[in-house]
Amino acid sequence: MVRDVIIVGAGVVGCAIARELSRWDLDILVVDQASDVAEGGCTKANTAIVHGGYDAKEGTLKAKYNVEGNGMFDQLCAELEVPFERNGSLVVAFEGDDLSQLEVLRKRGETNGVPGLKVLSEAELREKEPHVGSTARGALWVPTGAIVCPYELTIALAENAVENGAHFQLDTAVTGIRREGEVWLVETAAGETLEAKAVVNAAGYQSGKFNNMVTAEKLDILPRRGEYYMIDKSYAGVFHSAMFQLPSDKGKGILVARTVDGSILIGPTAEDVDDPTDTRTTAEGLDKALTFARKTWEDMPTRSFITTFAGVRPRPSTGDFKIGEPADAPFFFNAAGIESPGLTSAPAIGKDLAQRIAQRLNAGKKDNFNPNRKAIPKFRELSNEERAALIAQDPAFGRIVCRCETVTEGEIRAAIRRPLGARTLDGVKRRTRAGMGRCQSGFCSPRVVAILCEELGMDPTEVTKFGGNSKLLVGRIGEEGKA
Amino acid sequence: MKNLDVLIIGGGPAGLAAAVAAWEAGVRDLLILEREESLGGILKQCIHNGFGLQRFGEELTGPEYAQRYIDQAMALGVPYQCNTMVLDVTSDRVVTAISPTEGLQQFQAKAIILAMGCRERPRGALGTPGWRCAGVYSAGTAQRFVNLEGFLPGKKVVILGSGDIGLIMARRMTFEGCEVKACVELMPYSSGLKRNIVQCLDDYNIPLMLNHTVVDISGRERLEGVTIAEVGPDRKPIPGTEQYIECDTLLLSVGLIPENELSAAAGVALSPATSGPVVDETLATNIPGIFAAGNVLHVHDLVDFVSEESARAGEQAARYVQGQSAPKGTLIPVEQGFGVNGIVPQHIHAGQVEAPIRFMFRPRDVYKAARICVDIDGEEVLRGKPHMIMAPGEMAVLEVGPETFAGHENAKKITVRLEVKG
Repeated sequence: MVRDVIIVGAGVVGCAIARELSRWDLDILVVDQASDVAEGGCTKANTAIVHGGYDAKEGTLKAKYNVEGNGMFDQLCAELEVPFERNGSLVVAFEGDDLSQLEVLRKRGETNGVPGLKVLSEAELREKEPHVGSTARGALWVPTGAIVCPYELTIALAENAVENGAHFQLDTAVTGIRREGEVWLVETAAGETLEAKAVVNAAGYQSGKFNNMVTAEKLDILPRRGEYYMIDKSYAGVFHSAMFQLPSDKGKGILVARTVDGSILIGPTAEDVDDPTDTRTTAEGLDKALTFARKTWEDMPTRSFITTFAGVRPRPSTGDFKIGEPADAPFFFNAAGIESPGLTSAPAIGKDLAQRIAQRLNAGKKDNFNPNRKAIPKFRELSNEERAALIAQDPAFGRIVCRCETVTEGEIRAAIRRPLGARTLDGVKRRTRAGMGRCQSGFCSPRVVAILCEELGMDPTEVTKFGGNSKLLVGRIGEEGKA
Repeated sequence: MKNLDVLIIGGGPAGLAAAVAAWEAGVRDLLILEREESLGGILKQCIHNGFGLQRFGEELTGPEYAQRYIDQAMALGVPYQCNTMVLDVTSDRVVTAISPTEGLQQFQAKAIILAMGCRERPRGALGTPGWRCAGVYSAGTAQRFVNLEGFLPGKKVVILGSGDIGLIMARRMTFEGCEVKACVELMPYSSGLKRNIVQCLDDYNIPLMLNHTVVDISGRERLEGVTIAEVGPDRKPIPGTEQYIECDTLLLSVGLIPENELSAAAGVALSPATSGPVVDETLATNIPGIFAAGNVLHVHDLVDFVSEESARAGEQAARYVQGQSAPKGTLIPVEQGFGVNGIVPQHIHAGQVEAPIRFMFRPRDVYKAARICVDIDGEEVLRGKPHMIMAPGEMAVLEVGPETFAGHENAKKITVRLEVKG
């Protein structure tokens, strides 16, 4: 069967393209090697910031898609019921920094089309953010800076794409892409050959490899790892805006930013690694993140760390995103080398590429496209009246499974039953926040395993953390020879 | 909104003992709210023995110990409601809770006893580097999987931290045919009970590696091994001392944290030393009518102490709702002197002491031939009996009679300290 479009990669970029393409009368298939969307690459482990656009070099694709993408978030997140907050970003300059660089950033942002930028004095900065470190001397205020949860957005994009007819095939690693006549053949590790009129390369750290299989316009991906700390949400009120540090010759600085869920993210470091899947954290990296972050937040509560993680950015050797159809590879569309500001750019890349692909395939728009996606009810955010009504409707919403994040059994069952529903512990976690809190799933994981088994007819020994061999339990007691 | 005299949050050992004591003190309009399907709290999964030596003079398993209190509460007819999670407590003692059968409920209580217990510190709190693979569990989670669900989390085990749950799980996993390769402890001493070191590690030839920690976690999907290293006096790994241990399971027993999110929401002041509420000699918090007892107040070593303390909270809550005069007068701070950590109570009404005051704390280090002393305004008023050995793993207790405080109602501070011979 020849599909219209195969999208390789179910990260935020692949899913944004899928959702935009599902506006058109096209047969779409998204494939990903991971067991879930937003699982296999840097979508699940990045800074969760919708950037203003002051940072990217003038005239680059990064600058263009960043600013366009930023402007699309309000409507997109409203349609998809994804939490989004325009809380602004601050780029803080500290004692010893070259304060004139703030003005350079402001001008660059202005050229890129970022509205409302303003250089703040130390007093103005402290008025906005009274907890900023004592050596802060000024800042660039970016009112369009915002926060969003990258995996929540990706899951919502994917669900909406499915509701509008797109197909997903997970656990499917692509091993080869080649053209035969008028058809692209996508070969998988399972020995399957998928066929499509057009292919989209949104494969993150593998996007260089796939690009290089089909075109002479070479692209290498230079993986760069960033390590992060997460601090408990009891400190959500410390900073209102995302707190960047002014990049200097000593480094790009470390961000301190509240997430939409109230936790505080600290990071990322920047370390070049050989293996793009090497998402280990290291003692040196974590140390470095803390040392730098303390400039912004001097009395950071180290007792309130809840987790650490690392993500690898797929840095393109060209320095810029690679978007569109190479001259020597017709109907092959790159969304390749998407590092930061990839999350911010994803909606704009999706829209742009979908239009180009639809045009090339002479597709018409569907008249029944539904842009709206209903989120799983978030019990923790409801009023008491709404909670009572929900429990009356379905008693499963009256049972808390994750105490730290106040997640009910009803939400977990809903997360499993949805289109592209959760199949793993991490899948439930990313859809509901069960296990994301201060006890890091110590309390809820046995309960979530039991619900997954009930819903999916699995045995507990089959349940994984995130697919593959990440099994949680190795057997039943009594099966082993007793000591 | 339902009105109640005494509402008890938590139906584990603390809540049960508090409820029974409140009932026996005459309160009838009371209710225990328990989030799980049945009463008993964490004791339900503690199927080993060793509970009750102090309280009942015999060795019981956790479920047996809990059942004694459950039977007592049932015999009295103490009302309780399971499957009920408290979502909020306000400073004027309005409690919001949900359950699948009762829906959303609100209670206005004259007194509240906080008995929510504690939770385990997770890996993330330690910042242990490495992969985020399956196979890393807090010891209590593994205990639940094994003892309540009947599943084995793994077969080759390393335990980080020597808290009691970790030690108990070392033995439990051994019983199930697992190979427990080592128990690795950052500090130069164990944070668990001596008897657990002997009965759970030594008896099974499981090495306890003091002054060691895990510095790397290997395995992309499922845990494949950990790298441990010796630490120096600064608790930082010493380069060159790393060794790799192949294992599929890492159990963490690295500390318990009193679970006080609800307390904080109600405006209850918390102590940085215990992570629990600041209380006076009646276990009253700074919020009138709110009392705290058990592991929510401070992490205990023995459930027997939890029961004793919680019974006092139950009696005091009863006195409070019955309008018997609450202690008045100045609150005098109790300071932590040499060797003392996490003192409870944190302040007392020295002018109004009626019953003996039970000071409880954790020794900061391991001390030999130490005695607990009490000073008032720098002057020693009491010297306890010498102890052969005191250690952070075991709660230190000193009862001080009212006579000691007579005439000191205007004191500035009371200091509890250790005196170590030599």
